[in-house]
Amino acid sequence: MSFLRVNNLSVRLKKGPPLLRRVSLQVAAGDVHGLVGESGAGKSMIGKAVLGILPPSVEVTGGEIWLDGVDLLSLPLAERRRRIGATAALIPQDPLTALNPSHRIGPQITDRLVDILGWSRADANRRALELLAEVQIPDPDRVMRSYPHELSGGMRQRILIASAFAAEPKLIVADEPTTALDVTVQKQILKLIAGMQARHGTALLFVTHDLGVVSKVCQRLSVLYAGMVVEDTSVADFFAAPRHAYSAALLAATPKYTDPAAGLQPVPDAVIAQVRAEVVAFDRGAAHG
Amino acid sequence: MQILRVLLLRLLTTAITLAGVAVIVFFVIRVVPGNPIAMMLPPGATDEDIARLSALYGLDKPMITQFGIWLSGVVQGDFGTSITTRQPVLALVLGRLPATLELSIMALVMAMILGGAAALAGTRFRGGRTEGAIDVANGMALSVPDFLWGLVLILLFGVLVPIFHISGRVTPSLELPFTTDFYLFESLFRLRFDLWADIVAHMFMPALALAIPLAAIIVQLLKQSLKETMNLDYVTLSRTKGYGETRVILREALRNAALPTLTLVGVQFTFLIGGTVIIERLFSYEGLGNMAIDAVINRDLPLIQGIVILFAVIFTGVNLIVDLLYTVLNPRLRHG
Ligand SMILES: Nc1ncnc2c1ncn2[C@@H]1O[C@H](COP(=O)(O)OP(=O)(O)OP(=O)(O)O)[C@@H](O)[C@H]1O
Ligand SMILES: [Mg+2]
Repeated sequence: MSFLRVNNLSVRLKKGPPLLRRVSLQVAAGDVHGLVGESGAGKSMIGKAVLGILPPSVEVTGGEIWLDGVDLLSLPLAERRRRIGATAALIPQDPLTALNPSHRIGPQITDRLVDILGWSRADANRRALELLAEVQIPDPDRVMRSYPHELSGGMRQRILIASAFAAEPKLIVADEPTTALDVTVQKQILKLIAGMQARHGTALLFVTHDLGVVSKVCQRLSVLYAGMVVEDTSVADFFAAPRHAYSAALLAATPKYTDPAAGLQPVPDAVIAQVRAEVVAFDRGAAHG
Repeated sequence: MQILRVLLLRLLTTAITLAGVAVIVFFVIRVVPGNPIAMMLPPGATDEDIARLSALYGLDKPMITQFGIWLSGVVQGDFGTSITTRQPVLALVLGRLPATLELSIMALVMAMILGGAAALAGTRFRGGRTEGAIDVANGMALSVPDFLWGLVLILLFGVLVPIFHISGRVTPSLELPFTTDFYLFESLFRLRFDLWADIVAHMFMPALALAIPLAAIIVQLLKQSLKETMNLDYVTLSRTKGYGETRVILREALRNAALPTLTLVGVQFTFLIGGTVIIERLFSYEGLGNMAIDAVINRDLPLIQGIVILFAVIFTGVNLIVDLLYTVLNPRLRHG
C-alpha cells in the first residue's frame, strides 16, 4: 500500500492559470521518489500541497492527497495540520532561513514532540540529543542551547534533518535540500539524508534538478513539465529507456560520468514544442470537461 | 558586554542632549515677551516694585550671568524657586511626576494591549472581513488626535453614560494612606482595591484618549511586520509540524515581528508623553503637563525650565530603555 497517493491533483493561481495539471503519483512506504523537471515545473508546489503549505495565492481545484489512508483535502485545516505534523515532515531548501532566529535549537527540534505528540520534555530532549548525534553534530548538548546564527549552514541543515526525523515520520519531503549549501558539504548532506532514510525506513519525496542524484538515491521518479507529469516510472527503467521524448532530452542534458566532455546539451526545441503541445491539448481537454 | 556598551554610549549622548535642551529652553523663554514679575504683582504696582522684585529673583542681571547661576545650581541639584508658588522647583516637579508617569504608563499598556490584540486578530484573519474592519477602525483612530478622543470620551462616558470620572486624579473626599505620589501603584501594593478602582475610574478616559492614536500606530506597524514574518521559511516549517495558525503566529512570528515595532513604539511613546500636557488639562488631572501650562501662563521661568528638563530626561530615558530592550530581545545583538 502506498503511504502517499496523490490523485489528479490540480492547483492554479487564484483566478489564474493552472500550476499543477492533474498530477498523480504514489510513494510506497520506505521508498524514495524523485521529482524532476525544469525550474517552475511545479516540483515544490507538489511538496507544498502534500504538506499543506500551499501559498495563499493559489488554490486546489481538484484531486485528492491520500496520506496514510486519509484524504488530506477532505479534512478541516486544523485537523489536516495535525495529521501532517504527526506523520510527515519537511527538509527545507535553505537552512539559513528555516530556523527561527530567536529560538534556541533545542526547542526547534523538540517542539513537535512536546506540543503535537504530547511527549514529556525530558523524553523529547533525550530524543533530540540522540538525533543530533545521529546527524553527526559534535557536542549536541551545547548545540541544543545555541541560537541558529551561531552555527554554520551545514550544521543548520543537519539540525533540520534531525528535526524532520524527530517524530519518526512515515514520509519526508526534501525540497532540494542541498542546493543552498556549499558544494563541499552537499555530498555529505545527501549521504546523510540517504542513510537516515534507509535506517528509519522513511518514505522520501525528493525534489531535485540533478538526475545523477536521482540515479543514486531514488527508486521511482516523476518527470514534470509545466505542472504536468510527463513520465512516472522506476529509476531503472528511466535510465535504461525513457519513454517520453522530454525525459530523454533531460537525460541527454545531464552530463555523463562516463563522458564528461559531452557536457550539457539543451533540450531541443522540437521536444519543447512537442511537450508544450501536450500541455495545450490537456488544457483544451480540461476546458471541455 | 554589548548591553554595557550601548548603555555607556547612550548615557554620554543623553548628557549632551540634556545640556542642549537646558541652553535652548533657558534663552528661548527669556526672549519671548511677558514679564513674570509683572504677572505676579497686583495691578497698580509701580515700576520700582517690579525692579525690586526682579532683583530679588536675579532677573535684573545679564542673561548669560543668570544662566551661569542657574546652571551651577542645577549641577548641585537645585533648580531654583518657583516665582508663583515660592517653592523649590525640584520638589514641585517631582511631586507631580508620579501622576504623569502613571498616566503615561497606563496609556502605554492600554495601547499595547489594544494595538497588539488588533494586530494579532488582523493577522490571524488576514484577507477577510475582520482585517477590513480593523483597518477601517485604525484609519479613524489615526486621523483623530488624542485631545479630540478625550472630548469624545468625555461626551460618551462622562456625560451620556457617566461611568468614569471626568476630572481629577482621585475623589477628593477619600482618605489617602499613601506615602508616595504613585497612587495607582501604591494602592495596588497596599491591596486597597477600593482606592485603586477610584483612581482607575479617574485615569481611564485620559489614558484611553492618549492610547488610541498609539494603539493605531502599533496595529499598523505590527500587522505589517507580522504579515511579512508569516511568509518566512521558519514559519512555514512550523506549519508542517502540526501547529494551528494562531499558535504559529504567537510562537514563531510575534517575537520577531515585534522587534522592529518596538523601536518605533519607543519614539511614539515620547509623543504620547508630550500629549499628556493637553490631556491633563482637559481632564484637570494634577500632573506635570497641567503644571506646565500654568507655569507658562504665569511666566514662571524657573518652573518652566525645571519641567522642560524633566520632560527631556523622561524622553531620553524612554529611548534608552527601548534600546536596551531591543538588545535584550534580539539574540544576535546579545551575543554579537
Ligand atoms: N507563492 C506563489 N504564488 C504564486 N505562484 C507561485 C508561487 N510559488 C510558485 N509559484 C508558481 O508556481 C509554479 C511552480 O513553482 P514551483 O516552485 O513548484 O517550481 P519548481 O519546479 O519547484 O521550480 P524550482 O526548480 O525553481 O524550485 C511556477 O510557475 C511559479 O511561478
Ligand atoms: Mg522548487
